[in-house]
Parts: sequence; C-alpha cells; structure tokens
Amino acid sequence: MAKNSKGQSKITVYPDWCKGCGVCVEFCPKKVLELDVHGKSSVVREDDCIHCGFCELHCPDFAIVVTDKKPGDSNNS
Amino acid sequence: MTITGNEIIHQYLRHNKKFPHVLCAGCGHGIVLGTLIRSVHQLGLPKDDVVIVAGIGCSGRLAVYVDFNTIHTTHGRALTFATGVKMANPKLKVICIMGDGDALSIGGNHMIHAARRNIGVTALVLNNNIYGMTGGQSSPATPMGSVSMTAPFGQLEKNFDTVALASGAGANYVARGTVFHVRKLEKLMVKAIERPGFNMLEIITPCHTQFGRKNKYKTPVDMYKWIKSNAVDIERFNEIDEGKRGEKFPIGTFVERDLSGLEERYYKLKAEMRKARGEK
Repeated sequence: MAKNSKGQSKITVYPDWCKGCGVCVEFCPKKVLELDVHGKSSVVREDDCIHCGFCELHCPDFAIVVTDKKPGDSNNS
Repeated sequence: MTITGNEIIHQYLRHNKKFPHVLCAGCGHGIVLGTLIRSVHQLGLPKDDVVIVAGIGCSGRLAVYVDFNTIHTTHGRALTFATGVKMANPKLKVICIMGDGDALSIGGNHMIHAARRNIGVTALVLNNNIYGMTGGQSSPATPMGSVSMTAPFGQLEKNFDTVALASGAGANYVARGTVFHVRKLEKLMVKAIERPGFNMLEIITPCHTQFGRKNKYKTPVDMYKWIKSNAVDIERFNEIDEGKRGEKFPIGTFVERDLSGLEERYYKLKAEMRKARGEK
C-alpha cells in the first residue's frame, strides 16, 4: 500500500465528520494537512503526500480517505 | 475497483445512526472501532456471523455504530451475555467490547471467571484510565498519582495490570496494543478474533476530556505523543533495566496457550453422551 513517490495520491477530508482533534495534522510525516479557520483538517500540500496511510488509520472519525490519484483529478481538491 | 482504508469502514457502519459519532475529538475509541472493522474484513467474516457485545460507557457506544449483530448490555455484564451467546451458538464469533471500569471493577469477577472457564470469546478491554462517560471518576486503571474528579489531590491506589490479571486467571491469549500503533494493533486483533478460547486484548486509548485535561496533557495530540514515547515492544521492554523503565509499558503478545474453549468441551461431551445412549 505504501508508495514512496510523491504526487500520486488524492486525499479527501469529510469536514462534516472531522472534529478537529489534530492527530492527522501533528503526525503527518510530510505535513500535508493543516487545520483551517473552522478548526477542521484540510489538505494544503497534496503533492507531498507519500501515501503512508497514517492519517487514514488514525482518524478516530473515519473522515479521511486516501486513494490513488486518477488522471481526471485536479491538483487542489 | 477494490476499496481500501476508510472506505471499507464506511461499508460496515450503520448509516441510519447519527454521524459523526458521540465520542470526543481525539478519543481513541474511534480508532479501535476502525481497527475492529478492518480486522473482521481481513478475516473475511460475514456480518451475520459476528456478534458485538458491549457494556456501558464510552466503549459501549461502539456497538451502536457497526452493522453486525450487536447487544448493548448492562454495566459490567457484557462478558456474561457473551458467554450465553457463545454457549448457545458456538459458530458465532463473539467479540466483547468493554472499558476499563466495565471489565476490571464492575465486571471484574466476570472477567476472571470467563478467563478461567476459557470460553471462546474475544474480550477487548479499552483502557482509557478513567470512567469517561459518567464524569471522570477514578477507575481501577487510573495510575497512582494522577488526578481525577474523585481524586483531586492524586490517586492513592495502585492500578490494575490487566495483562497480568488475565494471564493469571488462565486466558488463552493475552496481548496489549495501543491506538497509536494501529498496524500492530490490527495484527493482534486479528489473532485475538481467530484464535479459540478466551482471548483478551487490552488497548491503551487516550481520554483527553476527562483524564488528559486534569493531568497536564493540553491537547489530545499530547496524549498520543505520550503513548508514542512510552509504549515499548515486549522484547525491548524486557531488555530495559527495571530502574530505568519509568512510565514505559510493554505492548505485544504476552501469553499464547492452546487450550480448547469451554463451548468446544461442552459440545464434545454432549456428542459423546448422546452416542453412549444410542442417539444420533
């Protein structure tokens, strides 16, 4: 599952389910996620993601999904 | 298309329930629920063959959200209900989710006797060091010296070692994991579910709202950092000198016995007696 090449994964955060605990933001090895003005997790540097899966496994609210990037996906979604 | 990660979890949740779940921000119980679902998915068990029995407390809420056969029982009595389910229908995989107060104080007797009987139940003890739902009273797992609502000057009593308790009572499989080391926890949980007999898995999970805030952990993240720096693999833990251990605690598999479960022995005896009487 883990791929070490950057820019090949797409991260989706469901803001309705996120409670803003900050676990994903703190422990992301590439600092891909940050808390936004509403205190929810948001994707800021998606191209740096190495698909380690940490945020997905450690999200207590199942609010983050990391998938492989498909050709049609935009860069900053 | 194959689905991965949290998309698997979404398939096992009851979507008529209110989401996000009731647990506080940063509560480790959600991670345990996710790991449980992934473990069941990995073992390929059908939803109808899994029974989740939960007691009262924050951990009891987990049974509400998953689409298995679930029972939300009385406080501390989750294991007794689970024993009944397993004896009546041994084909089911019975997983018992209990908190530390549920398993060690109110249901303490049920815990040791279930381990002694070696009934084929998987007991997950979610140890968050406190009675979270009822307002932060000290539980038998509250560490000595830490502050709680009922111990504002520091807990004077020693806390239970759940692993030593279960292995002393005769459980087939005893392990400890944490919600920070999720992949390791998943391996331990898969083993705890598929093995016969009484399997006890203690899971260290942070409770920031009731325990952390009173004990110098400013954010939920600080509690995860504490787990990260203090949970040590059992092999490495044994190499550390006893004086230098401090707050560190071992994780991994502690006991692996291969005794048959109570329900196996019961149905074997039943078959033998029927045969002796000439029935089929």
